[in-house]
Amino acid sequence: MSEPTSALNRAEFKGIAKVEETGLHGMITLRGDQSSAAIKKAVLSVAGTVMPEQREAIFSDTGGVVWMSPDELMLLCPYSEVEARVAALNEALAGTHALAVNVSDARTVFRVSGPAARDVLSKLTPADLSPEVFGPGQVRRSRLAQVSAAFWMEDDETFGLFCFRSVAQYAFDLLKVAAAEGSEVGYF
Amino acid sequence: MLTLECPYCGVMADETELTAGGEAHLKRFGPGSSDEDFEAYLFERENPKGVHFERWRHSHGCGKWFHAARNTMTLEVYGTYPAQTSEPPVEIRNKISGIAPGWSWRLFK
Ligand SMILES: [Zn+2]
Repeated sequence: MSEPTSALNRAEFKGIAKVEETGLHGMITLRGDQSSAAIKKAVLSVAGTVMPEQREAIFSDTGGVVWMSPDELMLLCPYSEVEARVAALNEALAGTHALAVNVSDARTVFRVSGPAARDVLSKLTPADLSPEVFGPGQVRRSRLAQVSAAFWMEDDETFGLFCFRSVAQYAFDLLKVAAAEGSEVGYF
Repeated sequence: MLTLECPYCGVMADETELTAGGEAHLKRFGPGSSDEDFEAYLFERENPKGVHFERWRHSHGCGKWFHAARNTMTLEVYGTYPAQTSEPPVEIRNKISGIAPGWSWRLFK
């Protein structure tokens, strides 16, 4: 049996910000009516967090819940736990109109950290990343150059980010160029 | 640069995050319709210099379709509203009337 491997095998780059591909993560797409009591309860029992509000990303020690759209959440957890969590969701949501699917291998997760992290991402996305508009606890789905991505802030200098696995190398190359030594912007 | 508020994400989305979906509120004419109606559905479009209603998709964001009311000449945006809306909402029409009196679009004024 072959070992699962993340797209870039935890590649790293250090420039004006640190860029890391953070390995394998359990990811579960959960679609359904976010105002439904059954779905709120399932999220609380399986992910251990309350239902996120619009554009909210909530993290706990063992995972997190990211708001993706009014009827879509992304549940994050350790890669080894994903099957058990999907099963627990399906059990909790029996009879409820909802869909929980293991999509762990569909996306690649990066971390971009350092005091210049906002500037680095702002070179690639049209989203407003000024501290007044975007900070820890929020998620933004947008574009990094030519590919879709979602990003959130773990703290004021650290972004978590995912894009489709098929464009992982492209996204990493973009982030490396945006974080190249000597390319400081100093805007934020 | 056009910036539209996605009614689902509640963010100001840059045009480059969006995909244009053409004219809004078309009525579909398919099998069983007259040739004239089918032709009009396929080919006849408004091409206004001024107030226009369009479909857009937040394709790099939440992926949802929505509607936008805007001015093709000034690029002013009057508002955006959900896709589950079959005609321009009256609040948006009133707002446009306040800004651009005398406007018209298809049967709406
Ligand atoms: Zn959106």
